[in-house]
Amino acid sequence: MSGGAFMAVLRRDLLLAMRRKSEVLTAVFFFVVVAALFPLGIGPELNTLRLVAPGVLWVGALLSSMLALQRLFEADYRDGTLEQMALSPTPMPLLVSAKLLAHWLVSGVPLVLLAPVLGLQFDLSAEALVTLTLALLLGTPILSLVGGIGAALTLGVRGGGVLLSLLVLPLFIPVLVFGAGAVEAQASGLGAQAHFSILMAMLLPAAFFSPFACAAALRIALE
Amino acid sequence: MLRVSHLVCSRGNKPLFADVSFELQAGQALHLEGDNGVGKTSLLRIVCGLSPADAGEVCWHDKTIQQNATAFRSSLFYLGHGLSLKEELTALENLMSDAAVSGRILSEPQALVALARMGLRGREHLPLRVMSQGQKRRTALARLLASQAPLWVLDEPFVALDAKAVDGLRGLLAEHVAHGGMVLFTSHQPVALTRTNGDSVAVQTYRLKGVA
Repeated sequence: MSGGAFMAVLRRDLLLAMRRKSEVLTAVFFFVVVAALFPLGIGPELNTLRLVAPGVLWVGALLSSMLALQRLFEADYRDGTLEQMALSPTPMPLLVSAKLLAHWLVSGVPLVLLAPVLGLQFDLSAEALVTLTLALLLGTPILSLVGGIGAALTLGVRGGGVLLSLLVLPLFIPVLVFGAGAVEAQASGLGAQAHFSILMAMLLPAAFFSPFACAAALRIALE
Repeated sequence: MLRVSHLVCSRGNKPLFADVSFELQAGQALHLEGDNGVGKTSLLRIVCGLSPADAGEVCWHDKTIQQNATAFRSSLFYLGHGLSLKEELTALENLMSDAAVSGRILSEPQALVALARMGLRGREHLPLRVMSQGQKRRTALARLLASQAPLWVLDEPFVALDAKAVDGLRGLLAEHVAHGGMVLFTSHQPVALTRTNGDSVAVQTYRLKGVA
């Protein structure tokens, strides 16, 4: 029964994302535009481009996922869906994790898939592109999970968008440092293994604790 | 059985109501009356366990709803001001996904029958955003037909409905009560519940008074 509720929330959020294409595409388009403008702005100096590529792509991914964060619980809060989720016999953290998974599938996975294509503009080698994609694959779920806590905490607060950025940006910095660092470490011959391990060490506790933290924050927002 | 004892509620520094007590047995309906802003919605949200009360407790089968959370939530159907409908989804999709989230088992034919009984035949596959306010409320109320929960807590269920839909809903509530269900609802109009066979069902009223 709980699994059914989990799948129902996941299916509903994905269906809603399909029907509200413009909202989803805004964040993805933002990422594409940022990543595409940098090589034009910096000029055709290949060494510089290779140097800034991981940082630019990661900052683009981070800001683009922040754009989508504000809407994570907003609509459900306004139309009463969140109340029904809180009153469901299924534990709320489980339902929230379905929402977080849907959010990552919609806002994180497109970035992971686009990154290698955009990386070509920065003259990244094949190995660097693979490292970048893997780092994003491990890092973007952390952005959704940690960002979800911020979105839940600032729900219903006026000017919540600014507060949300202030709240989650410091928490995103380690992800940015180790995510972008992975490509540099690989390029310098050190290997990205250590960076991947650290990203994984951030992802696992985030995946476990974030749904509980979100559910607690959402219950406070509903009072 | 639902028992509410000595509830106290305030908003900020302003006391809203105090010492609210009532009981609801199987087969009873309770109409909660009160002026605007007296705290009817707040009371219903406390009864559902969405908001905490300053004092007092709500018991479901002799255990507080916090101790008995899972059993209480699977016995509860709550309809608040937010209808929990998605504008981009069709009436049928809304009904199906809502049932699954609330842990109810609902097949597509059952959902179609429920929508048809609420007068939405032929509109099952329309997205909610093209529907009128009344039709949206009918969609939300179609969930009642699909609900197996014994306790219905309804906040202003008669708002925005036309005369025919109001009659239909009254019949629905009467049948639910006659079959041993419980209904707690707010309304600004007096409500008489009449079953489809013409028998009337008693409705108790509780008048909520604010703290002076």
